[in-house]
Amino acid sequence: MTAIDHSRDVSTPRPRARNPETRRPSRTGPRTRRTLVKVLIGLILLIELYPLFWILTSSFKSQDEFLTQPLWSLPSALSWDNYVQAWTTGNLGRNTLNSIIVTLPSMAIILILGCAAAFALEVMIWRGRNNMLLFIIGGIMAPIQIILLPLFTIYFKAGLSDSYWPMIITYVGHGLPLTVFLMATYFRAVPRELFEALALDGGGPFRAFFNVGLPLVRSGVFTVALLLFFSIWNDLLIALTFNVTDDYSTIQVGLLHFNDEYGSVAYGPLFAAISITVFGTLAVYLSINQQVMKGLTAGSVKG
Amino acid sequence: MNYVLGNKKAIAVFLAPALLVYLAVMVIPVVWSFVYGFYQGNPILGFEFTGFDNFTKLFTDDTTRTATVFTLQYAAVITIGQIILGYSFALLYVFVLRKSSTFVRTMVFFPVVLPTVAVSLLFARMFQVAPQVGPVNALLGLFGIAPIDWFDSGAHAFVVIVVMDLWRTMGFYAVLLYAGLIEVPEEIIESARLDGASGFRLVRHIVLPLSLPVLLSSIIFSLNSAFKVFDSILALNNGGPGTATTPLNLYMFQTSFIYSDYGYGSTLAMLITVLCLSVTLLIFRSSRRDLTKA
Repeated sequence: MTAIDHSRDVSTPRPRARNPETRRPSRTGPRTRRTLVKVLIGLILLIELYPLFWILTSSFKSQDEFLTQPLWSLPSALSWDNYVQAWTTGNLGRNTLNSIIVTLPSMAIILILGCAAAFALEVMIWRGRNNMLLFIIGGIMAPIQIILLPLFTIYFKAGLSDSYWPMIITYVGHGLPLTVFLMATYFRAVPRELFEALALDGGGPFRAFFNVGLPLVRSGVFTVALLLFFSIWNDLLIALTFNVTDDYSTIQVGLLHFNDEYGSVAYGPLFAAISITVFGTLAVYLSINQQVMKGLTAGSVKG
Repeated sequence: MNYVLGNKKAIAVFLAPALLVYLAVMVIPVVWSFVYGFYQGNPILGFEFTGFDNFTKLFTDDTTRTATVFTLQYAAVITIGQIILGYSFALLYVFVLRKSSTFVRTMVFFPVVLPTVAVSLLFARMFQVAPQVGPVNALLGLFGIAPIDWFDSGAHAFVVIVVMDLWRTMGFYAVLLYAGLIEVPEEIIESARLDGASGFRLVRHIVLPLSLPVLLSSIIFSLNSAFKVFDSILALNNGGPGTATTPLNLYMFQTSFIYSDYGYGSTLAMLITVLCLSVTLLIFRSSRRDLTKA
């Protein structure tokens, strides 16, 4: 603080020395500067959006157009054939359903277990709770690769391999540490007086959780839910590891297999499949984008 | 008060389910995985005790060596790229666009949420030569450069991988670093401006030192995710040609599920874990030292 005050004191009595410095940006002129910024933004938008434009136009092209027409040409007709083919023969419909069946229950279980555990670790008072919190948060450091092989053995021995359970259980276990950690930081911000007041009113621990704790960390729950949604929806490693038959393939696995099987022959349907997954996810994102940015980065700033 | 918040039964009800799942899905498998390192085989055909064979193989296996070198190379390039691009975007948001940065921020961020597999398949098509030259080769054609087969050598494929993963993730680091930059007090920057600091000098001497903590956590986060790179490369070119662009994680996956050797797969998983932990600790410690010096 003292250093700042000092520098301010020094700078005020010598305006002549300061002038050329502050004028320097204006030498290029505010107008050229504004043009430069505009060009830069234009370039950024081109880099970000051109790939999307390209998938979209390609997804409407017929096989013939891929082989005979130049790259820059636009599709001659707005035909949905590629999309129909991707959705049915490509099994994308089934895959989307699988992704929903896996993602939503996983999210729900993680949030319920994670919020309750975070409440017990942050709000409830007992000996050893800090060590327990550290023990659970330690799981954030463990890379997922290390748990996959033993889990595969467990699911195989337990006869669970042929179901959605391996994916759901693994997502839940892997998502818990970060969720507990983030929810604990949200619970930390809730004023203790509220719980004291509830206790004076004769409320028990469960009312403290459901009626006071949870409503106050609602926005935190929403943020964490988004983080979980995108990480589970877009996961490939776990989904591919426990994908014993195509019946349980999620979108990511389905897209990968679709590319292996038809990618080199059916260009149009592949582009349609990419387009469906990309624009589907994009729609979710754009409808709540500020929250998404906050949610996805919360996991790393706090972690 | 303590009667309510110290209620043992309630604590057990809140904590036990999460704790049990955590123990069963994370803690026990981590220990189990370590034990697997001493065996060869898989759960379907059975295991055979091989002592330290897997660990010595780690040092003699050529593929492990190339995979480790590739992973380190990838991590170095990607982390430097992500931090430089992310920081440049963050500076652009805070100092040039200011209040109107929301739109650009959204546009640069959206690839982060896209499914990695879809992005990889898209980039494979963007860089293709057949059946139709992709946009990248077409663009090079405008400058008179003949179409390049981007997937014919490790060096070419590496370029595609880096460009793709930077496109996909730079928005994330931009928002992360942006969040750190807006925390820098306005008064400090104002007074530095009055002192005549502007442009590069303002960033170098005032903004950079003040945003060091968030920069550091970004580097740790970036390195950790780079060491675990898997889906983008698997879907782009499956680590080819040969094993030229196979990272450790992909090699671990192939060893375990294609060659069905869980023992060696576990050993590779351990190598990835050790790599992540040691780099994190290293950066943590060096940053601590710098702070005490300053």
